[in-house]
Amino acid sequence: MKKKRFPISKLYLALVTLVTYLPLAVVVVFSFNDSKLPVAWKGFTLQWYGELLEDRALLEALCNSLVLGAVSCAFAAVIGTLGAIGMARVSYRSKGMMEYLSTLPIMVPEIILGMVFMAFFSLLNLPFGMVTLVIAHTAFCIPYVFMMVKARLVGIDPSLEEAARDLGASPARTFWDITLPLIMPAVASGCLLSFAMSFDDVVISIFVNGPKLSTLPIKVYTQIKTGVTPEINALCTVILAAVVAVLTISSLVRRKTHGYEIEKEARK
Amino acid sequence: MKRKSRWGLCIVPLYVFTLLFVLGPMLYMVAISFAQNKEGYGFSWLFTTENYEKMTDPVYVQCFVQSFRLAFTTTVLVILLGYPFGYFMARLSERGKRIMMFLIMVPFWTSSLLRLYGWIIILQVKGVFNMALVNLGILEKPLKILYSYPAVLIGMVYALLPFMILAVYSSVEKMDWALVEAARDLGASPVRAFLTVTLKLTLPGLLSGVILTFIPSMGLFFIADILGGNKIVLVGSLIQDQLTRGSNWPFAAALAVVLMVLTSLLIFLYRKITHVKDLEGIF
Repeated sequence: MKKKRFPISKLYLALVTLVTYLPLAVVVVFSFNDSKLPVAWKGFTLQWYGELLEDRALLEALCNSLVLGAVSCAFAAVIGTLGAIGMARVSYRSKGMMEYLSTLPIMVPEIILGMVFMAFFSLLNLPFGMVTLVIAHTAFCIPYVFMMVKARLVGIDPSLEEAARDLGASPARTFWDITLPLIMPAVASGCLLSFAMSFDDVVISIFVNGPKLSTLPIKVYTQIKTGVTPEINALCTVILAAVVAVLTISSLVRRKTHGYEIEKEARK
Repeated sequence: MKRKSRWGLCIVPLYVFTLLFVLGPMLYMVAISFAQNKEGYGFSWLFTTENYEKMTDPVYVQCFVQSFRLAFTTTVLVILLGYPFGYFMARLSERGKRIMMFLIMVPFWTSSLLRLYGWIIILQVKGVFNMALVNLGILEKPLKILYSYPAVLIGMVYALLPFMILAVYSSVEKMDWALVEAARDLGASPVRAFLTVTLKLTLPGLLSGVILTFIPSMGLFFIADILGGNKIVLVGSLIQDQLTRGSNWPFAAALAVVLMVLTSLLIFLYRKITHVKDLEGIF
């Protein structure tokens, strides 16, 4: 009886996944289409990839997005990780409130965050540009790192740290040698998630980017509203290929380290 | 004691950042929402509640109603599609889980805007979808799906589905199947066992998925903008409009405050119902 039920569930999974990939497939196919309009197939061309390499504005936007993602992700990693460690070890009265506040940026609709930052930055007289973008993106990246690391810290066996301390390691040494390696996977996945969110964000960026600076999502957004050039399709295809490559490598690496861990377990 | 205080230093950056760039701006927004709008540009610090009174205007009430309706419909559809998906996914073999996770993560990482653009290509009058149906003889003339309510709904469901899937998946994955088996052994039908055991145990995941879809769908103005072609005005688009074209900051702030209170209420309810502090799925 069980065997009979399985194919239906697999069929469902396959069907939904297929629909999920449909728009992506369309974009990829039309990036090779020999026509400016994404209506009918006119023949194969690599023209848009060539033009993509010459489109300075688009490449600059891509570059901005990468820098923005990397910098805010790095800030978020440091602030979020330290915060989670501190919160796990010290208890004080305003802790609950603080936790609520620090995760607020991902709990409210993005548009509110965008407008709040826009109003606040103009109050502070900060020039709109990379700095304001980094602050805004760091704000909504911190919660991802913070929550991930927090969840991981709960699962760590305290006796590991105690053992290190008993053997004479200083608190700092214990942290570097024991705690940090243990929470590293959580920091890494928090970073990955925040980079993905930052790289894809349009709502918040559009409020704080200023007149001169453009990120990739903003560029795509304005193009969709005014008229899309096929270079965007080409760029998306390139990004997609990069994403698949990175994810494949990371899952391979993870499987390897995972295998290593299992081996260690077995040896115990 | 000394050791404790040193670890306490770790939270200083988080504290400073949060107070300065989260709490500060939020309070500033609340303050603006009580300020008076100046004709043209800017506002003056005269206390007034007129921004909130303005919201009782039927036009704005309708906008809130429409947003809630869309968010609600989106959430229901996302549950109907996402719950079985997450559930089935959690029952796959380890290898199957890894593959599905990979397949879900790839679109998650590519620009959501471009995927929406893909939908435009598919749904437009002379698009892939219509041409296929016309050529197959199913339709006589192409459907006008793009720039309509269904198109916005498709875009919303599409953009938010992964969050529900991941939330439900992690909940089902953690579940103790022995409990379901026990229910079955005690004579419960599969449906009954599902409703009384599985559903209850995965409720935190389901509810966290609901929050992760409902809250963003109130603010995703660009989906309504791109796929709905300005026909559907949501609170999000209204706020954006008031900020840019209308340049009425106090009113935009008041709208945002109301929206924020409503969403905070939802999160509060979630915590009360599930007794869980963190949202499940992404963490």
